[in-house]
This record gives sequence, structure tokens and C-alpha cells, in this order.
Amino acid sequence: MFAWLHATALAETIRESSYLFPWIESIHVLALTLVVGSISIVDLRLLGIASRDRSAAQLMAEVLPFTWTAFIVALLSGGTLFTSHAVGYAQNFQFRMKMLLLALAGINMLVFHLFTGRHAARWSQDHPIPWQARLAAGISLTLWIGIVAFGRWIGFTNVQ
Amino acid sequence: MAQSVHAFAVWLSNTPLSLLIQNVSWIIPTVQTIHILSIAIVMSSVFMLHLRIIGPMGRGQPLAAVARRFLPWIWCTLVVLLLSGTTLIIGEPGRSLQNPAFLAKMSMLIAVVLLTLFFQRGLRRDALFWDSSAGRRASARLIAVVSLLLWVGILFAGRWIAYMTDTSA
Repeated sequence: MFAWLHATALAETIRESSYLFPWIESIHVLALTLVVGSISIVDLRLLGIASRDRSAAQLMAEVLPFTWTAFIVALLSGGTLFTSHAVGYAQNFQFRMKMLLLALAGINMLVFHLFTGRHAARWSQDHPIPWQARLAAGISLTLWIGIVAFGRWIGFTNVQ
Repeated sequence: MAQSVHAFAVWLSNTPLSLLIQNVSWIIPTVQTIHILSIAIVMSSVFMLHLRIIGPMGRGQPLAAVARRFLPWIWCTLVVLLLSGTTLIIGEPGRSLQNPAFLAKMSMLIAVVLLTLFFQRGLRRDALFWDSSAGRRASARLIAVVSLLLWVGILFAGRWIAYMTDTSA
């Protein structure tokens, strides 16, 4: 399948153009900084470090649609970059680690929203944010730092 | 001018600190990762603040509250960006100092810092400064749009440094 992706017209166009890859990559970096930054805003609120003048539930309702929009852009631009050297990326250790951490971040988010996060509207000064939510926020921050690190590291490896 | 910048870049690349950064292979990727994570904090804070001014975000809270929440993050993280960015320049002076993308990035950065200081000065004087008349509301919106464009330009130019240089990325 990766060989097929590699051979598509889209992949070939990107490989042969000298400016398409940097442009798509710039869009990918813009989108990913907005994903990671906006997730950090929520995680830091859950940890009680920032935005304490706003309730966690209000903040999540406001920020997460923004996060998802940026995530879709990051996914599409990243997917496009991937096709250009699909076989090479699929075998690249740093790329695989990035995908693994991304999957773990997804599972962590799902567990949080299905269980602890459902009761977010109730959290207040009388009902402090439970430790499960703080744990999910800590895991999320750690995973996203790892995703950015492995993503940047791909640029220092030789992807064919 | 160009010659003296070149001479400076050559001198800098032969200093012990630059040689250390060049020879220890993990320093540049690690500092770049710190740089990108800091950009994530700045860009998100900038978007939260400016989208509040332009319209769609955080309507339920006063502009001054949103600014108070995000401006300190922008300024503090900008210091981290200057430090990590300086480290990258010391490690690879030839890559950046004479690079048109780098020069464009620095020009836009100076412009957006001045614009942000101007915006902040209004809020310092009066929390409702940018809400107090139709003219000021329009000015604030214009500042927000221009700032957003400048920040996106800074990020794009930053990524293009890698593609507009003679040495390898």
C-alpha cells in the first residue's frame, strides 16, 4: 500500500517540485503548533497551572473545536507529506514512534472524555478537578512533547 | 555590509561554543524541539487573543481578561524563543544570518512586537480602551488581523530558512 501511495500522481508532483514540500510543511507546522498549544491550554487548566479564572468546562467547550479544526489541517497536510516518501516514512523509526505516541494520545483523550471528563461541568471550587483528570492532562502533555520531538527528529534522518 | 555579516558568521562558527553545538549531534534537534514547542505556546496564545478581538472565540469574557491571561505567556515564551533561536544561530551561523527567510522573519518579528506593545499600552491605560468607541473597536480588529498575518508569516519564514540556505538543513 505504501508503494502504491508513493507511486500516486500527488506523491510524484510533490517529489518533483522544489517548493511544494516546504509550503505544505509550513502549513503542517502552523497547524501542529495550534494543536499542541491549544491542547496545552486545556491540560494546564486541568493541572491548575493556568487560566484559573475560567472553568475547565467552559475552556474545553471554547478551545477544543479550535483544536479539532487545526488537527484536521495537520492530518491532511501531514498525510500529503507522507505520500511523497510513503515507503521511507513507513520504515522510519522516528516516524513510527510519532504515530505510536499519537495513537496513545488519542486513547488517553478518549478515556478522559468517556469517563472523568463527562463530569467536567460539576467541577468548581467545592468540587476540585479529580486526580484522574490531572493524570490525563499530565500524560497528554508528555505525549505531545514526544510527538513534536519525534516529528522534528524525522527531519534529521534520511528518508528515501 | 554583506561582507562584514559573512565575516561575523565565519568568526562565530569558529568559536568554541559554536563548535560544541556543531559537534554534539543531539543539541540542534533538541533545541529545535524546544523552539517549536515554544512556538506552539506563542501561536496558540496569539490565536486565542486575536480571535477574541476579531470575533469567534471567548465572547463571554472581557477582552482585558483574555489579554491578561495570554499576553504574559506570549512575552515569557518569546524570551525562551530568543534564547533557543540564538543557540541555533550560534550553532549554524551560515544557515541563518545571510538567509533572506531569516531576515524576513526578524523584520516581521520586530513589527509584531511593536504592534503588540502598542495594543497592550491601550489596555494598560484603560481596560475598556479598545471597546470604548466604534473607531477603536475597528482599530483593534485591524491590529488583530495584521498581527495574526505577521505571526503566520514569521512561522512560515522560519520553516523556509531550511530551504533557502547553502548549507544542509
